[in-house]
Formats: sequence, C-alpha cells, structure tokens
Amino acid sequence: MLDDFMMRALLAGLGVALVSAPLGCFVVWRRMAYFGDATAHAAMLGVALSLAIDTDVFIGALILASLMAWITTSLSGRNYSMDTLLGVLSHSFLAMGLVIVTFVQGVRIDLMAYLFGDILAVSKFDLSVIWIGAVAVLGLISWRWKPLFLATINEDLSYASGINPKREQLILTVALGVTVAVSIKVIGVLLITAMLIIPTAAARNLARNPEMMAIVACLISCGSVYSGLEVSYAYDTPPGPTIVCMALAAFLLLNIVSALRKISS
Amino acid sequence: MQLIEAKNLFVKYGSFNALSDVSFEIASKEIVTIVGPNGSGKTSFIRAIIGAVTPNSGTIKLKPGIRFGYVPQRLNIDPTLPISVERFMRLTGNYKKDACHQALLRVNAPEVMAKQMSELSGGQLQRVLLAKALLGSPELLILDEPTQGLDQPGAAAFYKQIEKLRNETGCAILMVGHDLHVVMSASDRVICLNGHVCCSGTPQAVAATPEYQKLFGNGADGVLALYRHNHDHDHDHNHDCIDVSAGVSV
Repeated sequence: MLDDFMMRALLAGLGVALVSAPLGCFVVWRRMAYFGDATAHAAMLGVALSLAIDTDVFIGALILASLMAWITTSLSGRNYSMDTLLGVLSHSFLAMGLVIVTFVQGVRIDLMAYLFGDILAVSKFDLSVIWIGAVAVLGLISWRWKPLFLATINEDLSYASGINPKREQLILTVALGVTVAVSIKVIGVLLITAMLIIPTAAARNLARNPEMMAIVACLISCGSVYSGLEVSYAYDTPPGPTIVCMALAAFLLLNIVSALRKISS
Repeated sequence: MQLIEAKNLFVKYGSFNALSDVSFEIASKEIVTIVGPNGSGKTSFIRAIIGAVTPNSGTIKLKPGIRFGYVPQRLNIDPTLPISVERFMRLTGNYKKDACHQALLRVNAPEVMAKQMSELSGGQLQRVLLAKALLGSPELLILDEPTQGLDQPGAAAFYKQIEKLRNETGCAILMVGHDLHVVMSASDRVICLNGHVCCSGTPQAVAATPEYQKLFGNGADGVLALYRHNHDHDHDHNHDCIDVSAGVSV
C-alpha cells in the first residue's frame, strides 16, 4: 500500500492536517499567525544548511524553527516592536536560506519543493518522520490542553492557579517548531501557516466549545488534503497550493452559510 | 496569623524600580485597597502576591494552605475562541455545574451560565470573573482594578457587591482601585502607593495626609464625599434595577 506514491502523499497530508489543525487553534486564539509565519520562514535557512552538510532537511528545519521560536519568545522588544523584529528575522532567515542554497554543490535543487512542498515525492522514511512528529505534538497538546488554554485566556489568572504561562508558551513554541519541520516536505515553508490558520478559522463558524473547534478544524483540514490531492491529480495542479485552495473554499463556504443563517434567524 | 505578610519587597524591571521597600500585611475579613497614580507599582504588587512576578528582594509569606481567588483586570479572549461561561468557570479546579450556578447566583448573574464568553457585556464579564474567583471559597479575594470599563453606577454597584460578599463569606479582600471616592469608602484600610508606600491607614486618615493630597489633590469633593446620587434607582449593564445609593453611603 505504501508503495503507491498517491497513498504516501495522502497519508503524509493527513498527518500534517491532524497536527496543524489543533495547534492552529492556539495560533489563532493567541493571535500568533505572524509568529507561525516567521518560524516557518526561518526553517528555510535550516533546509539550506541541511542540504549544505548533506543531512535530512527535517533536522535543519527543526533546529532553525526552534531557534527562531526561542529567539522571538525571549526577545522583548526594546527598540523595535515584536512585529518589526519578527519581520526582520523571518525574512532575513528566508533570504539567507535561498542564498545559501545556490552555493550547495552537486545536484540542482528544486527550490519550489521546499517553498511550496512536494507531497508526491514523500518517501516511506519521510512518512514515518511526519507521523512520529504529528503524534508527539498531538500528545503534547492534549496533555497540556487545559493549562495551555488558561494561559491563553489570561496569564495572571494562570499564575494565580499555579500554572506558569511562560512554560505553556514554551510548549506551544516547541510544538510549532516540530510541526513546521515535519510539514516542509508536504506543504513547504510558505504555505505552512495556511494549514494552521485557514481550517481553524473555518471551524470557528461551527464550534461552540474549544474542543469541538479543534475537531472540526481537523476534519476540514483532512478534507482539504484529500480533495486537494484529488483535484491536483485530475487537473495536474501543484498539490500543496491546491490543498490550501480547498481549505479556503471550506472557509468561504462556512462563512457564507453562517452569514445566511444569521440573516434568516 | 495574617493571611499575607510581605516584607521589604523590591521589584525592578531593568533599571526601573517598580516597588521599593514595600511591606504589607492583611488580616482575615479585612478590605484593603491600594491606590496610586499610573506606574506606581499597584499591578506589580498584586502580581508579586499571586506569584506572577518574583521580587528582586524581600519576602512574601502566605498563610499555609491559603485559598485565594484572583480577579484579573481583563481577559484575552479572541473572538475566534468559542467558550461558554460554564466551561470558563470550570477551567481550573474540580467544580460541579451546580457550584458554578451557585457562584453566579451570588453575583446576581445566573442567566449568563450558558452564554459564550465573547457575548458578555463588560458588567457581566466582571461578574463572571468574580464568580469564578468565588468558586474555591477563598479566604482572600484579590482584584486588580475590578471596575475598569464600568461606568460610575456600575462601579458603585460592584463595590457594594464586594462588601456584601465579605460580610457573607468572611473572606478578606485586597484590591487595586482607581475610582478613589467610591473604592476608598468601602475599605477598612487604604494603602497609597507610589513605588513605595506613601501612607496607609483608614480612608479618612489617608485622605488627610499631605502625601495623598500631593498625589491626588484635595478637590472640594475629596475622598469622603461619596458617590451620592439622588436618583431613586439606576441601571447596570443588564438593565437590572439596582439600588446604588444604599450600598455606598456610610
């Protein structure tokens, strides 16, 4: 079964969908979308460095994404706002990655594969990395669900309940780093944030409680992966962007339906 | 035994001294209010008590096993975060639905239980935060500028409620206030903070000190000119009929 490239692509996509949707909930609730973007862009430098020293891109991406996440959580904007600092780091890391890649000797590297993902080229090894990462992050999030949630709602309230919100933030940061690293081959550094944000934002229309929002986001995300792959196969479109377009379609559809419902009630 | 004994607290942010040599204690059933201008360290002080800030020096001794309830200034609930009042109240601790209902009854807001947090008005949110803090039957209730965002009748009604709670449950209350006239009249003791403790004592005594008058002026309507309205009644944000004058006059 795993010898079929479409099956591997589907499983890889579902792995990314399952982890990015619940993590995306926290990204949206905490207004960290730009932070997610910055982490993902920084991973490009990791990809370039991995290629330069000939290791798996997952390792470099994980290190750089975590480094970026760590830098941005520990930097407190003194002379620049957080927004500006993120912008500086995010785009310089991306640009440095793209420059370094050109110096890598040997095989010509398909940059598009790292920027937008190359889900059809996922190997069995990649698949195992993706699923191990996904299960680890899902486990981490479900274990810390309540404290993460409380820290999101109010830092001082969580201190008063004996939960250190800084620790919870670190957990999210690590989860984000791992998610970015395992998603690169599937969706690429430029579109990872889309998988964090769009299915989650679409799910908001259907959810009355946080768990339901995470589950609905997972379903929308998995649906987008499946339909995106089908469309991409039928019309020969690039799979990563097609998956994101499917998620966007779900977002628009659910928003229109919920607007219509409001009007009619 | 005091509920809290803080001695010689210093809190610094970089080179800025937020708190210098602040000592403080609060006994059970006491209502203590901290007043001070912006940047005077009121919030740093509260955050040090709840453990959100580690003092650079000084000690904070809490009564062993103290149960305290904390009411934050505001929440950070993004409109995309779906959570009901009931779920919010049950986020920490192990409280039954019935306990939440009782706590909401206590703050006169039983009707909001099933609502989404994002649908609440400012006054309702304030009540829910208070109800959540009451769930653990606290011995000490800590409130950080609880009436920010409420209008004057709303604030007056809120303080009235706080006083009633103290009388009913016997819990001590430590709060930061900014509506001086109203908040001070409801307190047993007032601490005027400006990086250090400028003065402290009964509201009357504090209001008469030159330090206090220097910070806040001594306008004709001074601190003890309480919030007195000649309306028969007023409305809070729910448009419930509430009796404002009864609660705050002395």
